[in-house]
Amino acid sequence: MFDYNGVPSKEMVSSVFPSEERINKGPVAVIECYKEIPCNPCATSCKVGAIKPFDDINDLPDINHEACTGCSVCVSACPGLAIMVIDGSKSDESIVFRIPYEFSPLPQENEIVDGLDRFGKKICEVIVLRVQNLPYQDKTPIIHVEVAREFLYDFRNIKVVK
Amino acid sequence: MKTTDIVIVGGGPAGLTAAISAASSGAEVTIFERSPQIGGQLIKQTHMFFGSEKQYASHRGFRIADYLLDELNKYKDKVKIYKNATVLGIYEDGVITVDLDGEYIKMLPKRIIVATGANEKIIPFPGNDLPGVYGAGAVQTLMNVYGVKPADKVLMVGAGNIGLIVSYQLMQAGVEVAAIITDLFITGYHVHASKIARMGVPILSGYTVKEIVGEEQVEKAIIAKIDKQWNIIEGTDIEYDVDAVCLSVGLSPLVELLGQANCELRFISELGGYVPIRNLDYRTTNENIFVAGDITGIEEASSAMVEGYIAGLTAAKDIACIHDDYENKISDYRNQLDGLRSGPHSGRLRQGIEKLMGGNK
Repeated sequence: MFDYNGVPSKEMVSSVFPSEERINKGPVAVIECYKEIPCNPCATSCKVGAIKPFDDINDLPDINHEACTGCSVCVSACPGLAIMVIDGSKSDESIVFRIPYEFSPLPQENEIVDGLDRFGKKICEVIVLRVQNLPYQDKTPIIHVEVAREFLYDFRNIKVVK
Repeated sequence: MKTTDIVIVGGGPAGLTAAISAASSGAEVTIFERSPQIGGQLIKQTHMFFGSEKQYASHRGFRIADYLLDELNKYKDKVKIYKNATVLGIYEDGVITVDLDGEYIKMLPKRIIVATGANEKIIPFPGNDLPGVYGAGAVQTLMNVYGVKPADKVLMVGAGNIGLIVSYQLMQAGVEVAAIITDLFITGYHVHASKIARMGVPILSGYTVKEIVGEEQVEKAIIAKIDKQWNIIEGTDIEYDVDAVCLSVGLSPLVELLGQANCELRFISELGGYVPIRNLDYRTTNENIFVAGDITGIEEASSAMVEGYIAGLTAAKDIACIHDDYENKISDYRNQLDGLRSGPHSGRLRQGIEKLMGGNK
């Protein structure tokens, strides 16, 4: 279906996720880039060498989740907004997601917003922990939200309800 | 008669990089740009570009126009830029005529680089002449250049990169996108499609526009499923109450000036329509005329920029303005193009270039 509706299957999604053990250690990037396109800023922006330099500009990203520090530089560098950072170290009940979000109004810290899946369907409510909007991100803010752990493989977006 | 070394027709990504290359090789350059702004389609691209650092990947398109102009400014004693300047014709004796802000001028350059870009295509359906049926690029210009909200609710036809990215930018502007429809499947980058899907906008493959309904303007869009012969399947209608329909169904190269100048053209559907026969130096069959950008076949702006760099170097060399680092630069640019075009997403493009160039690409 991916070629017909743009929504990756559950198998595709889980294939790019780190192990739960790694997720529970601290922040780590998840790269949802499933098709080879001529694009490499994820690799060139990675300061710790966790995303392997490309031999060919059409390569798919190859990330070593153990080496990734979850610094999130790649999140706002990716032209496809295909990267998020997840962190399961804070609680057994929840995961902190850091997602790129380029819409206004931006949510506020402590605001409750709708949590959406990859179809844009509301699956939960989430709380905004932080809105990171620094000059180097060049208008691709990163929103930190706390999401119930059961939605680890489903949560992907937020909707600010005004 | 006014003269100059090289005239560049079009101040978009290809024209600007051609000017940088030619001026840095020592040539005098004159750019004629039809619009009031320089930068072509770059100035309305608010999203980050793909590619590598060499093509400013991860930078927003409108900023790239500024970077290129800053670079060009280093050679400002060699470069003249005219806006609101429409090139009207290229004549047998090499004279070009221009409507410059209402004034008719003539110029005799030594070489010409044509980088006019492309036109949006349109598809036929009942109601396609109603106000509110737009090209997606036109909508992008209204929003991102002039700050005009084009509609409240839109149906997007076409799931190539332009259809996908303009849908995203419509949502950023507060316009609701009812759906994106495409006849076969998603042809743009899937990362774009996924980020729109997760906003809750359905992408429907296997659909076409059946009819657009409205008295004075678009009021309703009716779409329907099509079979393998592109016939509408009865009973599959979906109706959307929208006040605009955006067509993003492909682009065709703007080759009219080349036709007039006796450059040989060939129809290659994979490249978008009629394109000039050209060699590796981007020289056409009229030896004084070079080309770069979408006029050579529809591609991304990243490739257009690299083609412009090449055409600027080769056209300048032709009049004995040879860049100090000519060989290295040419081979780097050719490698960049090969890289950009080598992936699985560029299969059709490669077929088109193969048809155009034979083995000599």
